Amino acid sequence: MSDHSPATPASERLEVRKTYKLFVGGAFPRSESGRTYEVTTAGGVFLANAAMASRKDARDAVLAARKGFGAWSAATAYNRGQVLYRIAEVMEGRRAQFTADVREAEGIDESAAEAQVDAAIDRWVWYAGWADKLAQALGSANPVAGPYFNFSVPEPTGVVAAVAPQDSSLLGLVSVVAPIIVSGNAAIVIASTKRPVPAISLTEVLATSDVPSGVVNVLTGDAAEMMPWLASHGDVNAVDLTGITDPELATSLERDAAGTVKRVLRPTATADWSGDPGLSRLRAFVETKTVWHPMGV
Amino acid sequence: MPFEYAPAPESRAIVDLESSYGLFIDGAFVDARGGTMFKTVNPATEEVLAEVSEAGADDVDRAVAAARIAYESVWGPMSGRDRAKYLFRIARLIQERSRELAVLESMDNGKPIRESRDVDLPLVAAHFFYHAGWADKLEHAGYGPHPRPLGVAAQVIPWNFPLLMLAWKVAPALACGNTVVLKPAETTPLTALAFADICRQADLPPGVVNILTGAGETGRLLVEHPGVDKVAFTGSTEVGKAIMRSAAGTGKRLTLELGGKAANVVFDDAPIDQAVEGIVNGIFFNQGHVCCAGSRLLLQESIADEVITSLKRRLGTLRLGDPLDKNTDIGAINSSSQLARIDELVKSGEDEGAERWSAPCAIPDRGWWFPPTVFTGVTQAHRIAREEIFGPVLSVLTFRTPDEAVEKANNTPYGLSAGIWTEKGSRILWMAQRLRAGVVWANTFNRFDPASPFGGYKESGFGREGGIQGLGGYLDVEGNR
Repeated sequence: MSDHSPATPASERLEVRKTYKLFVGGAFPRSESGRTYEVTTAGGVFLANAAMASRKDARDAVLAARKGFGAWSAATAYNRGQVLYRIAEVMEGRRAQFTADVREAEGIDESAAEAQVDAAIDRWVWYAGWADKLAQALGSANPVAGPYFNFSVPEPTGVVAAVAPQDSSLLGLVSVVAPIIVSGNAAIVIASTKRPVPAISLTEVLATSDVPSGVVNVLTGDAAEMMPWLASHGDVNAVDLTGITDPELATSLERDAAGTVKRVLRPTATADWSGDPGLSRLRAFVETKTVWHPMGV
Repeated sequence: MPFEYAPAPESRAIVDLESSYGLFIDGAFVDARGGTMFKTVNPATEEVLAEVSEAGADDVDRAVAAARIAYESVWGPMSGRDRAKYLFRIARLIQERSRELAVLESMDNGKPIRESRDVDLPLVAAHFFYHAGWADKLEHAGYGPHPRPLGVAAQVIPWNFPLLMLAWKVAPALACGNTVVLKPAETTPLTALAFADICRQADLPPGVVNILTGAGETGRLLVEHPGVDKVAFTGSTEVGKAIMRSAAGTGKRLTLELGGKAANVVFDDAPIDQAVEGIVNGIFFNQGHVCCAGSRLLLQESIADEVITSLKRRLGTLRLGDPLDKNTDIGAINSSSQLARIDELVKSGEDEGAERWSAPCAIPDRGWWFPPTVFTGVTQAHRIAREEIFGPVLSVLTFRTPDEAVEKANNTPYGLSAGIWTEKGSRILWMAQRLRAGVVWANTFNRFDPASPFGGYKESGFGREGGIQGLGGYLDVEGNR
């Protein structure tokens, strides 16, 4: 009773601060580089030290994603839809936390932040519903001129490395990740460099929403440092350059992607994340497989 | 006494060759500005068929400008119904001239007339018919209520199916409202030039289709031209990567249909005789000049000897020779440089320790030929199991379990096609789900249809040609390749 420090008056509890780590293969490692960087609110107030992921972390994430891809792409579409819906459910229970994160990260008021969080949760729900409809929307039974049964189905392209939007820290992030994973891909996503906290909170949701490990891997740090390695990595099948703001870097990454003929999504227009997402992001990361079989007795 | 076939040559008289050809720009044949000509030869005889113009930078500018004007003033604004009618007209003209085009294709390419007549040309006409019907129905194709064309499409095609590849490129582009500048392969320009004449016969508005002949440099100038909105390329993975690099940052939309090293997987319960026919069709169709050829035969160990024995016996009956002879199964290798590449890879197979067997057939004195060849004792590390040979050379590997078959089949940077032979339906579907390839043929191989999307996974490229999925590559919808 007598050793109260002046910094902690009896009426105020000493807060437990969170260490902001990466999310790779379902675990929360620090960067192997040991580096961190300061994250502040939009107004410049210190928020946290986030991990500054390195090239090695990016490579580890590719390994984790490739492992995650196997089981996730083999899961039933119904199951994937349930998992995505579960993400929405768990986020809903943490609305207050996400609202505070988005308010601080983006410097917007409470109601605007709430609107972003609501839209992000609703986006998971929307994409969850696509899981078992995509094959009917993008697939086909093909009337070939011969005695063959012929059908086409969309399949996930594999491991997708994505850069989340720099501005829209939660809704933009969800709008990039959900269409990648709903079709069965595994994602490595680099969060907004200056606004990573909502992404880090999302990893805690992902870790508790039945998302198999490795399906979503979240790295914080500098996309310009990591993406050249990911865009030229032989085990990455596609890149999503949405959050690359420097056009020269984006072009250079497009060139890197050519080395193994990766699929590249480089949006041409500035995204309006509140609008109807449409099918374009879903289409960007699926392959069409066509199967033939003769008919006869 | 051996059974001999009498020659049954298709007449060349139906083909009326000019001694030299210009470029087809803005609805007319014109001379190349640079005046450079090159020769196209019959690979079966090494006889020069015609001289063809080599398009340079000025010619590419002219053709792209003509395509742009046609796009903005005529073809873009035209109703889908009228675009459809032009395409139906072209399809009919192809049918009417199909014998001539088949003979010309066999002369310029070296493929057997049996194939150009019975496979290539019927599919060419079918491709135009199929896409003609789409031109006024695009709003029902699942790309939104008002799908828009992209503009000017630069299209570069290979020499293995010259007119069919033209059809795969031109028909969907025009149906969706784009105009095109197409470059046929250097060694097989003649049917594309005949197609230019068909466009003229159809009264297709000038500039909607432009044909530039030339070699790799002409192709590079075309795909790198700032005036094109779309690049569609079929050819080697190496060139495809270069095109992808050059298109970086330009916003040009790409469709790439590149190389392959397809696995053809035969299980122990497969109907062996049918499988052998499928294996032969898979790798020896079109002299193996097929990007989706079943060039890696994966045999379940217990039936390997039986299949190889049957296969060799069947290959011994294939007739190699004059492409215009209706009895010919195996035609000529398209060029001396392609023959050199096949020789080089076959030699690597021998050097690396695989066992070579070639069908005992007589090789004509003139022209470029390669006998049907099978390598056994091939490992996954051998170059002949990894690299695309693009010739009549089959590499045979074995497996024990379905999992091992999947593992080996997918162990390639390519992913264009695959084959499965088994009588068990559930195993077909299980395999089909796991093979990372764009086209999977089960108990058949090398089937094509305009309604059936074709294209690869991984380094075999992206985008699809054919079917409702193929339209996406020519419509302005983000995320469609």
